[in-house]
Amino acid sequence: MKAARRYALRLERRKYLVRAWRKSRSLLPVADRTDAIRPKDILCFCTLRNERVRLKYFLSYYRDRGVSHFFFVDNDSDDGTREYLAQQPDCSVWTTDASYKRARFGMDWINRLLRLYGHGHWCLTVDPDEFLVYPFSDTRPIPALTDWLGASSIKSFGTMLLDMYPKGAITAQPYAEGQNPFEIACWFDSGNYTIERNWTYGNLWIQGGPRARAFFKDLPARAPALNKIPLVKWHRSYAYASSTHMLLPRGLNLVYDEWGGEKTSGVLLHAKFLDIFTEKAAEELERRQHYAASAEYRAYHDGLNENPDFWTRWSEKYINWRQLEILGLMSKGNWA
Amino acid sequence: MSTLGFVMLCHTALHRAAQVARHWAERDCPVVIHVDKSVGRERYDEFRKDLADLENVRFCKRHRCEWGTWSLVEASQTASEMILREFPGVRHVYLASGSCLPLRPVDDLRAYLSARPNTDFIESVTIRDVDWTVGGLNEERFQFRFPFSWKRNRHFFDRYVELQRKVGFRRRIPEGIVPHLGSQWWCLTRQTLSAILEDPRRRELERYFKLVWIPDESYYQTLARNYARNIESRSLTLSKFDFQGKPHVFYDDHLHLLRRSDCFIARKIWPKATRLYATFLSADHTGERMAEPAPGKIDRVFSKALERRTRGRSGLYMHSRFPNEGWENGRTAAPYSMFHGFNDLFDDFEGWLSRRLGTTVHGNLFAPQKARFAGGGDVYAGCLSADPKLRDYNPEAFLKNLIWNTRGERQVFMFGPQDTQQHGAFMANDANAQISVITGAWAVRLFSANRNFADIRAEAARLQRREAKFIETLRERGARADIRIWTLAEFIEDPMENLQGILDAMEGAPLQRLTEAPRMRDLRGFPQFLQSLKNQGMNPFVVGDFPQEGYGPPMQTGDGSRPYLVQ
Repeated sequence: MKAARRYALRLERRKYLVRAWRKSRSLLPVADRTDAIRPKDILCFCTLRNERVRLKYFLSYYRDRGVSHFFFVDNDSDDGTREYLAQQPDCSVWTTDASYKRARFGMDWINRLLRLYGHGHWCLTVDPDEFLVYPFSDTRPIPALTDWLGASSIKSFGTMLLDMYPKGAITAQPYAEGQNPFEIACWFDSGNYTIERNWTYGNLWIQGGPRARAFFKDLPARAPALNKIPLVKWHRSYAYASSTHMLLPRGLNLVYDEWGGEKTSGVLLHAKFLDIFTEKAAEELERRQHYAASAEYRAYHDGLNENPDFWTRWSEKYINWRQLEILGLMSKGNWA
Repeated sequence: MSTLGFVMLCHTALHRAAQVARHWAERDCPVVIHVDKSVGRERYDEFRKDLADLENVRFCKRHRCEWGTWSLVEASQTASEMILREFPGVRHVYLASGSCLPLRPVDDLRAYLSARPNTDFIESVTIRDVDWTVGGLNEERFQFRFPFSWKRNRHFFDRYVELQRKVGFRRRIPEGIVPHLGSQWWCLTRQTLSAILEDPRRRELERYFKLVWIPDESYYQTLARNYARNIESRSLTLSKFDFQGKPHVFYDDHLHLLRRSDCFIARKIWPKATRLYATFLSADHTGERMAEPAPGKIDRVFSKALERRTRGRSGLYMHSRFPNEGWENGRTAAPYSMFHGFNDLFDDFEGWLSRRLGTTVHGNLFAPQKARFAGGGDVYAGCLSADPKLRDYNPEAFLKNLIWNTRGERQVFMFGPQDTQQHGAFMANDANAQISVITGAWAVRLFSANRNFADIRAEAARLQRREAKFIETLRERGARADIRIWTLAEFIEDPMENLQGILDAMEGAPLQRLTEAPRMRDLRGFPQFLQSLKNQGMNPFVVGDFPQEGYGPPMQTGDGSRPYLVQ
């Protein structure tokens, strides 16, 4: 890559860091328990708004897998999310009523927290409806993975966002607090994804799945990106460039092998399509705080009004990570 | 008095090392521990205090250790000298690390060694015969000097190696030394070990080995050859390395695998593998039988992992495998067949072919209206959508996905010049593709179409242009698909033989001769149709030299429905 191009990316990264600092001034601390963080802890970072009902399962899922401390940025919730999180012994919470969109969909806030608290730690940046599955996740905790990645001199761990959906209308089965969402949304598309390379940032751009199939037939290029790099051994000079789809410096985006082999990778199970979603889609459409003028939410809203059912006879029912591995949706790589 | 002693090199997870040392010491095996000097005073003292109640555990002088350097040999020398000096009853010395875990009771190991009192267990292979290392530095590690740290000064390390290569530098190998390599975890007899440590030339040899690359894999391995009476060239420690030369780590879910391996000691264990430590260090853990170590099963698991990492699964494109062009190890997952123009020439060709092959046969997957999957559904395996816009967003990915999603079942589909053509070059270069083409078959469909002739003429010109382009792609140098091309005129001279040829080349297709013919469309009047096209200034050259006069299809009978029988 040309020196000029490299320098431009360097400037861009600096810009994100400055921007993160600027935007973070609107963050108000609600609960700061960062003193309790020990050197090798796995940290989890999350922006959310009105996700109270999801939190119980979210926290227990990641606690069980070895996350030691959670960082939440609450974007002006009014359903008790903030109060609930503030009571948790392993959560640090900030709140803001600033614009989600103008904070680059929350990434500025998260970049700031990552820079302040993430340095030297393995950091997991996820949404409250994203659940990390990695090779051996049923028998080995996340620290086993990160220890191994560290020993292999790997700094970032790639995943694909896998949209999960129920059979039948998504409003048919109500979600109860604390419930495993994949008891309801247990189906997924196994093989309709398209991949392109983003040569500027070095990452892959993956699209497809049920959302593309159901909502973006006419504009496949607008279908949401599914490539995510949520787990990174953070350094204070790093910055997420666009959601967790890509980072700078660009070497961190090279989570795939170019010479025929498979690198170790995982999946983020996406529990978006539950009954609570329709309400959310309507609200988000009104707030217009999402990507590309909320085109995605508009598409959902239109689609959902027609009582969508993502399920087809070719849908796969989720069993475990080994199934995802066999289907080619993730890989053990050389972790055995 | 114990005949087996352990030397342990520790630098992290000291609480686990303490557990293992205690396990051995309590079972009457003296242990001498070397703790890396980089471990802080406080942690070291705590570690010592932890084991203070055991009188047969000693701590030796500490060295600062760094991977790949002489310091590791130094550490094992110091500790070995101590164990030989202070525990005169010890007959075998076992070199272990702080992340080792005994898999079988110590008594098993002791009995095994007592039965072989003069055997040294040390992996030791000559570099001439076996490539030990991954990627270079095989013989060179003995011929060059390595003063720079690979971990801390990679840049200088690499430059210095390059320089030595360029100027053809060779170190003099001391007399009587034949370089050998092997796992750094050994079990040596007192005789051999003391001979190595008390060698009158030790200073000289050390000077040489100090600048060898990774001397802990070659110092003892080389010198043991000079003194041992009986070398078993294998390590009793189960330790596997991955393609980066980094040891594989064992976790709780390896419990059964480790148990069945019958190995004595395994390395390296993840410090938080609570279940492994609890199981193998528990007092009531007993060996089932006096078996030879059999690491074969574990080998297979790890060599599979290596294969996954370096070659991957053919035809898979995903977020951690996206090969550059030419590096796919197979562009698609399995063989498939594409028939170009056949369903223009034959009625219900898909149905006929499906009966012949006993598999599903798709229609035109790349038809402009929608992907015509077998059965006519809107989605297919893997939830692949039939929607033309989604498909044409990335037709190559569509094809790759289809073949991946249906692994184990040969995919067969129709194609024609009216279809989306973007993936043509991809298929032509795919060794899994079997491409059979009848050029000009589209003319048969136009011939029977109920359309104005001007339209037909324009359409014919369009299709011919597209087809010619596709054929050009197929004929390009470097096309790796199994390609057959006939003009329409050539093909209908002997359709059955041609079809038979295609099916014969299909792996797994039924072997018997074709008996039932597909029904060819009625071609009466077709030559006149071609002539009219020509008369209008559109030469359908891809059709070939179609007989002008007296053409009667050889296999066609009056109603066109009677089956055609071969002999």
